[in-house]
Amino acid sequence: MTDIQPLFGKERAVMSLNAKDKSVVKAIWAKVSPKSAEIGAEALARMLTVYPQTKTYFSHWSDLSPESPQVRAHGATIMAAVGDAVGKMDDLAGGLISLSELHAFKLRVDPANFRILAHNIILVLAMLFPADFTAEVHVSVDKFLQNLALALSERYR
Amino acid sequence: MVEWTDKERSTVSAIWEKIDIDVIGPEALARVLIVYPWTERYFGTFGDIFSATAVLGNAKVAAHGKVVLKALDSAVKNMDNIKATYADLSRLHYEKLSVDPDNFKLLADCITIAVACKLKSALNPQAQATWQKFLSVVVDAMSSQYF
Repeated sequence: MTDIQPLFGKERAVMSLNAKDKSVVKAIWAKVSPKSAEIGAEALARMLTVYPQTKTYFSHWSDLSPESPQVRAHGATIMAAVGDAVGKMDDLAGGLISLSELHAFKLRVDPANFRILAHNIILVLAMLFPADFTAEVHVSVDKFLQNLALALSERYR
Repeated sequence: MVEWTDKERSTVSAIWEKIDIDVIGPEALARVLIVYPWTERYFGTFGDIFSATAVLGNAKVAAHGKVVLKALDSAVKNMDNIKATYADLSRLHYEKLSVDPDNFKLLADCITIAVACKLKSALNPQAQATWQKFLSVVVDAMSSQYF
């Protein structure tokens, strides 16, 4: 169950990533990180295919198909950053300042798209690790990705 | 009217054929209750659904999961008329059950993830796109009588 934490003393309302969530996320990440590049490539490829509106952020690439080398490479880059964030769960906003500024001032990705990418990351994890991606792992990973998205959009306004 | 290509129709049927309703239904509903715990509000008569362990062991959740997934069969068999097919169910969910239609999207996502666990890479990006298009039409139909 989610903890109800007082908002006083917090600069921003954040969802609770409790100790259990953090340890679940660390454990699943240890299992899946050898396939990080593949997971990222698949997740980004699926996002672009299943949610064509997300292609609007990549008009500078000639090939947006699932097999595109640019797509797959960028997916790997994104997933490496997600993996990096796993190590920064105690202070995502503090640990991701430069990425947050990049997304706020340069990329200006509509935050709704973070949810879309998270869905595809979760789907690929379920696909590649069906036995490990239980409902309990699913909820902790979902919470982590949501917190990550919040940290990335911290500087939007 | 929603347009379906022949390829999309056969993709949806092929995926549906591979789905064991008795397995995927309970799994999808369990995931909804565990991942999005506010959905517990709709299942007051189900007993203990307040922890992952309780949800996964709850017979009423499993039974209801089968009911819900079985209802998708009408959509698979009536792809050109999904909106009319679900009008009564939509009215029921609005007027009697008072379900926030945003929850239909959450359930659709959990169904897709349960399907992905089962089909693995057979659910390639194009198949995923078609399947999610199909589910979003069902979600729209289920939301259509809310006014």
